[in-house]
Amino acid sequence: MSSAVLPTVAAVAGVDAAPRFVAPAGCFHCGLPCGTRPIVEEGKSFCCHGCATVHGLLHASGLGRFYELNAHPGSQINRPAKREQWAFLDDPAVQGPLLDFTDGQTSRVTIHVPAIHCVACVWLLENLFRLHPGVGGSRVNFGRREVAIAFAPDLPERPGAGCKLQVASSPTCTLQPAPCNRIALSELVALLASIGYEPRLTLGGVERDQADPARRRLHLQVGVAGFAFGNIMLFALPTYFGLDSLSGPMFHRLFGLLSLALALPVLVFSAADYFRSAWLSVRQRVLILDVPIALGLLAIYGQSAFEILTGRGIGYCDSMTGLIFFLLGGKIFQQMTYERLAFDRDYKSFFPLSVTRLRDLGSGIRQPGSGIGSQMPDAGYQMPDAGYQMPDAGCRIPEEERVSLSSLQVGDRLRLRNSELIPADAKLVSGPAFIDYSFVTGEAEPVAKQAGDYLYAGGRQVGGTIELETVKPVSQSYLTSLWNHEAFQKSGHDDLNTLTNRYSRRFTTLVVLVALGAALGWALAGNGPRGVKAFVSVLIVACPCALALAAPFTLGTAQRLLARRKIFVKNTAVLERLASVDSVVLDKTGTLTTAGVGGVNFTAAEAPLTADEEGLVFSLARHSTHPQSVRISETLAGRHFPEPARGFLETAGCGIEGQVQGREIWLGSRAWLESRGVACCQVPARESGAAGSEVWLAIDGRCRGAYVLASSVRPGIAELAQQLVGQAVPTSEARSEPCRSRREEASVSGKLQPPHAGSCSRGRNSGYELTLLSGDNDRDRERFKTLLGARTGLHFNQSPLDKLNHVRHLQQSGRTVMMVGDGLNDAGALKQSDVGVAVVEQAGAFSPASDLILEASQVPRLADLLAFSRSTTRLVRLGFLISAAYNLIGIAIAASGLLSPLVCAVLMPISSASVVAFATGGAHWAARRNGFRAALPASGIRHPASGILEASPA
Amino acid sequence: MSVILLLIAASLSMALLFLGCFVWSVRSGQYEDTSTPALRMLTDDAPAVPDRISESPKPITNQQ
Repeated sequence: MSSAVLPTVAAVAGVDAAPRFVAPAGCFHCGLPCGTRPIVEEGKSFCCHGCATVHGLLHASGLGRFYELNAHPGSQINRPAKREQWAFLDDPAVQGPLLDFTDGQTSRVTIHVPAIHCVACVWLLENLFRLHPGVGGSRVNFGRREVAIAFAPDLPERPGAGCKLQVASSPTCTLQPAPCNRIALSELVALLASIGYEPRLTLGGVERDQADPARRRLHLQVGVAGFAFGNIMLFALPTYFGLDSLSGPMFHRLFGLLSLALALPVLVFSAADYFRSAWLSVRQRVLILDVPIALGLLAIYGQSAFEILTGRGIGYCDSMTGLIFFLLGGKIFQQMTYERLAFDRDYKSFFPLSVTRLRDLGSGIRQPGSGIGSQMPDAGYQMPDAGYQMPDAGCRIPEEERVSLSSLQVGDRLRLRNSELIPADAKLVSGPAFIDYSFVTGEAEPVAKQAGDYLYAGGRQVGGTIELETVKPVSQSYLTSLWNHEAFQKSGHDDLNTLTNRYSRRFTTLVVLVALGAALGWALAGNGPRGVKAFVSVLIVACPCALALAAPFTLGTAQRLLARRKIFVKNTAVLERLASVDSVVLDKTGTLTTAGVGGVNFTAAEAPLTADEEGLVFSLARHSTHPQSVRISETLAGRHFPEPARGFLETAGCGIEGQVQGREIWLGSRAWLESRGVACCQVPARESGAAGSEVWLAIDGRCRGAYVLASSVRPGIAELAQQLVGQAVPTSEARSEPCRSRREEASVSGKLQPPHAGSCSRGRNSGYELTLLSGDNDRDRERFKTLLGARTGLHFNQSPLDKLNHVRHLQQSGRTVMMVGDGLNDAGALKQSDVGVAVVEQAGAFSPASDLILEASQVPRLADLLAFSRSTTRLVRLGFLISAAYNLIGIAIAASGLLSPLVCAVLMPISSASVVAFATGGAHWAARRNGFRAALPASGIRHPASGILEASPA
Repeated sequence: MSVILLLIAASLSMALLFLGCFVWSVRSGQYEDTSTPALRMLTDDAPAVPDRISESPKPITNQQ
């Protein structure tokens, strides 16, 4: 229904608006190009009636300031907001997990609104109460793209089916708020959608937990450590400067006791996590860096308590609290989260919250699940049979209802509209369907299906409305079965095997050996007390604070710098793995190519089209929402627009037809035209290997030629392939790095990995091994062969499982694989690969589970990214070296048993500070060298439409 | 010299006060969202509604 409304709106626009010339400025509301006939109201031009209506509404409600805060702040209204669409939200069972709070009088809901993008959005959404009296306060979380709204809920008197009837009879247009002081959740969501902020309600979103108690706890821990550190430093300063002789022994003792008291909560509360993880790792017989840290902390505190209580000194509480403060600071720095990105999604996030189910009123409300399962696949329940064909006869009219996906049963009849997702494996009942499986399989072309065909979940209907009958429950459908593959069962990568932990294993062993050796040596020499002092001193000095700071600060800084360039790394361990990648596997559809605009060429059969004739085609094509029609009409946009087409008819899977200025235009597949007696014998010459799907055009029954729609390759891909495969790979020294580290990794972790010396030396000489895996057919093979180079492996017609197996095969031959993909069809391979890179058109958009999320414009920077990750890993190693040098000096002094408090107090902060300075400075330097330094303009806040604007040729 | 004792007591209690403020600010969720306030401050007229709906939802007053 909604798909049918849009062309009508457009057609009305063409007739109503006065034919006057307007400068090609964007829509006043959304900034998108207005086309040749914008709608002009109050001297402002709008691209569509939706935008104009919202503008009028906001002005009438005293919210005109929205347009002063940002130029073109709105979002285009793509389809009318109808409350029925969200009627399922009034079902208490659905509301339960959605609402944060309700007491019948007031409810609060937190919903994800992807369209939030600027100051004006925040302002408008927080002024939502002006649009409806039932809305109370609302508060936007910009980082999460969420808005929390308090409202007075209009609860239905009768729960369940009763309320749906009530909703159906209520006024459909929410633009004029009802004069009541309450608002139903469905109405609230419709209100948001009507002003361009349609919430994204998915199953996955509902089941997500809200607050992050661990982060709060970390903040508190840092606060306590900082508080104690600062105050203890005040007491310790006199000692640093040798002034303690002036203050006298009384203060000496008082300061010591105060320090000890202040340091206790730091040890117990702030450092608790270090003790816990050290204890865990000892029990699992793994040495991680937390073990020497915990040992050192205990040794420092014990020694300080001993010195202070016996009156021998004021201890090292200043060093201890400072150390914990810096360590926790590094933790916060490293634990950077991208709140609007989700790296771990499962299939639920891809499904809508609700589907349209058909209910047969004549035979009463069908009880879902009552014995349907047994008769489901049988012919007895087949829809096309006579028993269910009654709607045509007119006595039983199936009524639509929106139900939540979780209550969907096998055998339910669903109605799917344009661009809706098939939620479960189903059988097509009516309407020729045109299913776009690109997200599941990578196949770029939608496939035509006839009634009775089996449809897999995950496909998207393109074009008209279809009806289906579910055959399998949601949890057992094809899409879901992908997630049940073993690749998704494994708990992810071995994050214990990071650089830091590999080094710390040796380090810890060494420290304990030296400490024991020193103690033993002094004891054997007959100086027992000095041996104890040496033992404790070694543990204190060797407390690896510099070592523990090097990796978080280097990698954390790198992560931040990359995020500014729209490259979002899940965590710092991913950066380390990235440095050891030697094979790059690329997906084609959506990753190297865009399904976007451009790449449409007309090949004439005889005489080329005149400008007037192109106008006729444009007039026809703009009526259709089919992606091919949309691409053709976008290419022709700006042509002279004669008049809206009359008698428009779309035959799904075949083509569109209509009359413009008395001429009959047919646009569709070759077979369809031939079946209507059009002779399109001349095959248009294929140009430059740019193969694509063909859309044939006939005017007045005569074939005029075909539009060839090539998938357009992103710019810079050829350069990327060159960089990856050969020339631009850094020096041989740098290339040998990943090989070495991989061997280390293998040897340290004790894995039985065959020594692939061959692959390593090959990597050193010839760059990355590049592979293209595409779910699409191989009509683009030649094109990608020239684009990616002859040595790149090209594999077409790959199923999701094929991709996964290919990645695994590479890994089994000793390679570290980076997989770059975008769709569900890549999800398995992304998960299996060492580094899974998800490409999204816009940050915050849907992406399968991955380690790294990359904005599409940054795909050509992949080679730089890999080089950058190697630089940072090298910097971490250098940082280790520096801290090792400090430790060596310190341990040497400590082992001799001569360590003075002053040396200790000076050495520790200096080593920490210098390592932190080196780490952050080095990361900035490496980023500059690899071209990741320059910040994006305007604080990285982007208009959602600007990507479209830049890409469009108009 | 005993004035130092007084000063120490004063400085410690001040510091404890600040620590208490910090704990309160963390507990009340002020570190949950650090980006929106920066944007909100650009639109200087704050919405005239209950400003903290994350806590104790109040009965909603009717605005025009």
